[in-house]
Amino acid sequence: MSNKSDSSPNLISANQIKPASLELEAVRKKLAEAKGPKYWRTLEELSDQKAFGELLEREFPRQASEWVDPVSRRGFLKLAGASMALAGLAGCTRQPLEQILPYVRQPEQLVPGKPIFYATAMPFHGHALPLLVETHEFRPTKIEGNPLHAASMGATDLFAQASILNLYDPDRSTTLTHMGELRPWGEFAMALNSEVRARKALQGAGLRFLTGAVSSPAFGWQMKTVQQSFPQSKWHRWDPVNRDNMRAGSKLAFGGYYDPIYKFENAAVVVSLDADFLSGAWFPGFVRYARDFMRGRKLENGDQMNRLYVAESSPSTTGAKADHRLVLRPSEVENIARGLAAKLGVAVTAGHLSGDQQKWIDALAADLMEHKGKCLVVPGEFQSPAVHALTHAINGALGNIGQTVSYIDPVEVDPVEHGQSIRELIADMNAGKVETLIIIGGNPAYNTPVDLEFVKALDKVKLRIQFSSYKNETTDHMHWHVPETHYLEAWSDARSYDGTATIIQPMIMPLYDGKSAHEALSAFTDQLGTSSHELVQTYWKSQHPTVDFETWWRTAVHDGFVKDSASPARQVTPKIAALPALPAADPGAIEVSFRPDPTIYDGAFINNAWLQETPKPLSRNTWDNVAMISPAMAKAWGLYLLNDENDHQSDAQRILEVEFQGRKVEVPYWPQPGHPDNAITLFLGYGQEKTGRVGAGTGYDAYKVRPSTAQYIGAGAIITVTNRFWDIAVTQGHFSMEEREPVKVANLEEFIKNKNFAHEHPDEEPKDGGDRQESLYPNFKTKENFYQKYAWGMSIDLNSCVGCQACAVACQAENNISVVGKEQVQRGREMQWIRIDSYYEGDPANPSVYFQPVPCMQCENAPCEPVCPVGATVHSTEGLNDMVYNRCVGTRYCSNNCPYKVRRFNFFLFADYDTPSLKLGRNPDVTVRSRGVMEKCTYCIQRITAARIASEKEDRDVRDGEIKTACQQVCPTEAIVFGDINNPDSRVRKIKDGPRRYDLLAELNTRPRTTYVAAVRNPNPKLASGTERA
Amino acid sequence: MAAPDILPPKGVRPPIIGPGQTFGTITDRIAGIVLTKHTPVFWVLVVAFAAALFGMLQTAVAYLLFKGTGIWGITIPIGWGFAIVNFVWWIGIGHAGTLISAILLLFKQTWRTSINRFAEAMTIFAVMQAGLFPLIHTGRPWLAAYWLFPIPNTMGIWPQFRSPLIWDVFAVSTYFTVSFLFWGIGLIPDFATLRDSAKTLVVRRIYGMLAMGWRGSAKHWNRYETAYMLLAGLATPLVLSVHSVVSLDFAVSVVPGWHTTFFPPYFVAGAIYSGFAMVLMLAIPFRYLYGMQDFITLRHLQNSAKVMLATGMIVAYAYGLEMFMGWYSQDKYELAMVNNRLHGPYSFYYYMLILCNILIPQSLWLNSVRSTPWKLFLVAIVVNTGMWLERFVIVVMSLQRDFIPSSWGMYWFTKWDMMIFIGTMGFFTLLFFIFIRLMPAISIFEMRTLIPQAKVKE
Repeated sequence: MSNKSDSSPNLISANQIKPASLELEAVRKKLAEAKGPKYWRTLEELSDQKAFGELLEREFPRQASEWVDPVSRRGFLKLAGASMALAGLAGCTRQPLEQILPYVRQPEQLVPGKPIFYATAMPFHGHALPLLVETHEFRPTKIEGNPLHAASMGATDLFAQASILNLYDPDRSTTLTHMGELRPWGEFAMALNSEVRARKALQGAGLRFLTGAVSSPAFGWQMKTVQQSFPQSKWHRWDPVNRDNMRAGSKLAFGGYYDPIYKFENAAVVVSLDADFLSGAWFPGFVRYARDFMRGRKLENGDQMNRLYVAESSPSTTGAKADHRLVLRPSEVENIARGLAAKLGVAVTAGHLSGDQQKWIDALAADLMEHKGKCLVVPGEFQSPAVHALTHAINGALGNIGQTVSYIDPVEVDPVEHGQSIRELIADMNAGKVETLIIIGGNPAYNTPVDLEFVKALDKVKLRIQFSSYKNETTDHMHWHVPETHYLEAWSDARSYDGTATIIQPMIMPLYDGKSAHEALSAFTDQLGTSSHELVQTYWKSQHPTVDFETWWRTAVHDGFVKDSASPARQVTPKIAALPALPAADPGAIEVSFRPDPTIYDGAFINNAWLQETPKPLSRNTWDNVAMISPAMAKAWGLYLLNDENDHQSDAQRILEVEFQGRKVEVPYWPQPGHPDNAITLFLGYGQEKTGRVGAGTGYDAYKVRPSTAQYIGAGAIITVTNRFWDIAVTQGHFSMEEREPVKVANLEEFIKNKNFAHEHPDEEPKDGGDRQESLYPNFKTKENFYQKYAWGMSIDLNSCVGCQACAVACQAENNISVVGKEQVQRGREMQWIRIDSYYEGDPANPSVYFQPVPCMQCENAPCEPVCPVGATVHSTEGLNDMVYNRCVGTRYCSNNCPYKVRRFNFFLFADYDTPSLKLGRNPDVTVRSRGVMEKCTYCIQRITAARIASEKEDRDVRDGEIKTACQQVCPTEAIVFGDINNPDSRVRKIKDGPRRYDLLAELNTRPRTTYVAAVRNPNPKLASGTERA
Repeated sequence: MAAPDILPPKGVRPPIIGPGQTFGTITDRIAGIVLTKHTPVFWVLVVAFAAALFGMLQTAVAYLLFKGTGIWGITIPIGWGFAIVNFVWWIGIGHAGTLISAILLLFKQTWRTSINRFAEAMTIFAVMQAGLFPLIHTGRPWLAAYWLFPIPNTMGIWPQFRSPLIWDVFAVSTYFTVSFLFWGIGLIPDFATLRDSAKTLVVRRIYGMLAMGWRGSAKHWNRYETAYMLLAGLATPLVLSVHSVVSLDFAVSVVPGWHTTFFPPYFVAGAIYSGFAMVLMLAIPFRYLYGMQDFITLRHLQNSAKVMLATGMIVAYAYGLEMFMGWYSQDKYELAMVNNRLHGPYSFYYYMLILCNILIPQSLWLNSVRSTPWKLFLVAIVVNTGMWLERFVIVVMSLQRDFIPSSWGMYWFTKWDMMIFIGTMGFFTLLFFIFIRLMPAISIFEMRTLIPQAKVKE
């Protein structure tokens, strides 16, 4: 493997960073020449060698941060680890005294080797996801949802799962710096204190704070206090993925800011107007909503199921689950909303609607009228305020308010429209009104609207301080950089989408002496040095003056939420008084959509290797963002097309040059089935110039063309096809089912007529627990002889799976799965144990999309077992294919013989054996695999074993539901169910006995323990277009 | 240099030994290659080149052991690539030697005598190349090296005897052992001849030790004949079993394109096919360079060509059957496999395979091709290329697209794959040329039985 980084222009050669001119002689000479007492603080100062200081500080880190090649990066990690070890030697300093002592007093509850779970929450851009964090010896190792909390019910999303890797990220900011040079905290505190005194004298004039959306009540209280003592100061907000449209829409309809709360469980018909409520964390409440929505599609009791209409521009997983999907250009959504509203009696008029669109609206309106009060229209976060206002009006007209949707006061503290807020800040900066700028979190130099030129304005600010957990683009323009704590490192609080407050308790001491946002503000309230814990407690004490605070606090912290703190619904009535005129649409203009990236969000997770390697749900590409266009456009432009004859594993995709409002960016295109014509979707977050080793060199930067006037949607892009190519790493090369029907699907009508549609010969097919005999040989693996106690099995409901990828990341976290890097993914060597296959069916302009999670099938007649020459994969009496890593010699025969291709091989030493911080985060119950070893899904055997031991101690059987695999636990839609199929009352057995259960590749007689529940779609019989099956 | 090949009149087969040879000339000519102090220039050049390639092989294997099998093009789903293709190819090549020595001996095909010695050497060297691959293709060869053998241990852990890979270990190691013994025993009388003709003491001592006290007594000959016939009897079933077992690596699996009952005979035929091609590839330059046209005559070349033609037709039949069974089964996966062979991304290699293994070898029907060494040499090269492609088609094209379409993949070999493949060719050539220089490449004592004077009335 050649070392590609040789050609990297950024790489600093050894000569460059070794000035070597700090000669002892020269220093002596200098001292001799000096007249009078000359004090020097550093050798650098003495020798005037700036570079020397730089050398001292960042000899390795600099090289590290600019290392681009994904494979050599691994090699580099080893080097960095070694250098760290050697740095201690070379420094000739005394090693810190370390004493190994047993606990004098054993910490309460701690049993070495046994995990303890603590409740906390992950703040996420103005709302929070309640969590339960698994800690081993006080090291957080795995994140779960808080099952007691209504916003999680035990599930999480992929960002929460992966956030633990950010905690242990070796590329996190570890040092406090001033102009790039190391400084102690005390020096910063002195500088800050003097600044605070100076500003106080001026009533806070010139003092500005910039944060993202905040839901922390304690932070809000602190900020209020700050604004009382600094009345002229101002608090600005900027999140690149913000809820401006929702806020503006709410103002249009209600005259004030309200957050809509949806009750999908009450809705029989759901209409999404570009709303991505099944896609992920940027739709606040996603975890709960996905669960509620999918509960209506389980078909467990009777034949009732809800219906989903999606009118969307950029294809999303929500659209993939739709029963009817209408493909629209981004600007057309508003017109559809108007048409629908008009049809339902709201006083608006629509522009021109095509015949198909009119038909769609008519059928939809009729369906909605039939389900008054039991339906729901959801507006997309990225759609115009008018769409939001219209949906509020539609929901009002349909009597849904109070039934399927309610409105609460905003969860965000002091809600503002971020676009307006950042514009004001930059205008003030340009006008010289800003003298001190405190930036907490975020990366405004990278992600603020490009037309506002934040960086240029920044130079006019006299003192610039950043609290951030990464040294990023913004850091380069800062005077002070203070490492910020991870949410698992500091006390705080936050509110979930429904307003329920959670006390965020830390799991671990700050790894790098970081300071929390609360501590950042404490300097302005004369509390510098007060801990976050005290600050948060002080706030909550003030809120509960009458109760026994200690008990209250302990309960709240233990449960992970403050009881009954959900915001009450406000009685509001939407009024459409003055809707802005429908923007004139030019059907020929190419429209641009800016979307957060499905796995790295707005760029905050760019250095998270798990998320980088998690395939984007629809395109299955990793390590880059692509620009989606429709297949028809790709064809019209003569670009290489996604087709069935060519597998896509490692394609060079042609680069398009997108020019939008005079700015250009180069993007690799991706022909996405279901994407509207004359539109292009750009994903935010990639292409960062200053990031860690993982994020460096990945993707393009869509912020370069994102203006403040068109944050999400804009028209008039000019696209030029270049002759350059961009290597894309995809994990799935083939999107057609090839008439093999790995996903079985029927319409609701077909299902009612023929419950056994998933089976060709239902009578001949075996059921679990019965005598399954399809072989000439006697079956020794019967319940009597073999699976005597437990027989573990899993069921995956394809109707419920929304392809959100949370299970894949959860599995990665739980099972210490390695990350392999872009080049290895291109070679098809990704390691994730559970993959979600996406299949497209039908017209590429608007196809049906299916998701199928595929973990190990744990076959009873496993093809992998007899071919292993050393017996490294063997069958257990509980029905698992156990992998014996110690015994594996790596012939890969098992993988060849696996019809499901679920086995993963360590072609290199993929596991990172050297980086110390990553070792902390590993699950101690799971082996870290070495090179040359096969691995695969184990049904989380460590969890099974833990539960079995617990049950044996109590002399009972393992209870149904006691064991949850990592993928099952995280799944927001409860698509995955695991349990004992020997137990006729277990949930999994009941699902498996249902008619829709089917085995993947049943014809091979592998008798898989993982089975599927066939998908059922519920199209409107009156509407014979959209995504129905042919 | 002997006289160029002269084609006998039509209807008359060329002799198996040139005219005018006596016991003395045979011994001198063959032993002369070994005992001369004059090493030919071409030998030095070839050995130098082959040694360089061998060095490349060592480098590539060292890097492989250092980094892991990831330096190759293998991936998921194509878990086996060049290594297994090369393994099967080399094992196949290793087939002709034992077939010629043992089976033709039992069938009393006296023409085998001129070519059996170096064909056996070829077998041993080819199996050595082949044996390298199963070991180094594993993820952890330092463990595979002994865990694949049933070595008693305190843990009571044994190999998994149901796996065809274990059968492989036994089949290949048995085959190598028997072939080596067979070859070694056959060499003993000739070592004695070299000992007796040696001019220096050192050489005499070395060959003396190798000759193991052979004095040529009637008792020696009697025991020799018995042992040789017994080993021939042992080796004969091995010729059929080795490649049958190798084919089971594939046939036992569930992969469409592998899961086929006719693989054992198909593989054996293919092995003999490629083995004879390799015999020709070695014999033609050898007889030319060392002027051995009188010992390896056109008769040998023609006979080898005929064996190739016969086995080649069996192979062609197998290709046809593969396609037919795919269609006849009407199984969607088998049909897709056939379709992938004909229209898939690697279909070029399939058509090349048909061209190399079926179409071009049809020229062997022509007497003019069978009787023209350089034409035969070209056909042999084409056939061995084709046989390599056959294994590529079987291994890679079957794995590339099996059951679940989402997991279909592509395979590209890397420079390390190529370095190891070419390196084994260099290693093979190196061993072969060292063999030619140090040991009688043609059996002296058996050749002596071929001349008319040797015929004794019983």
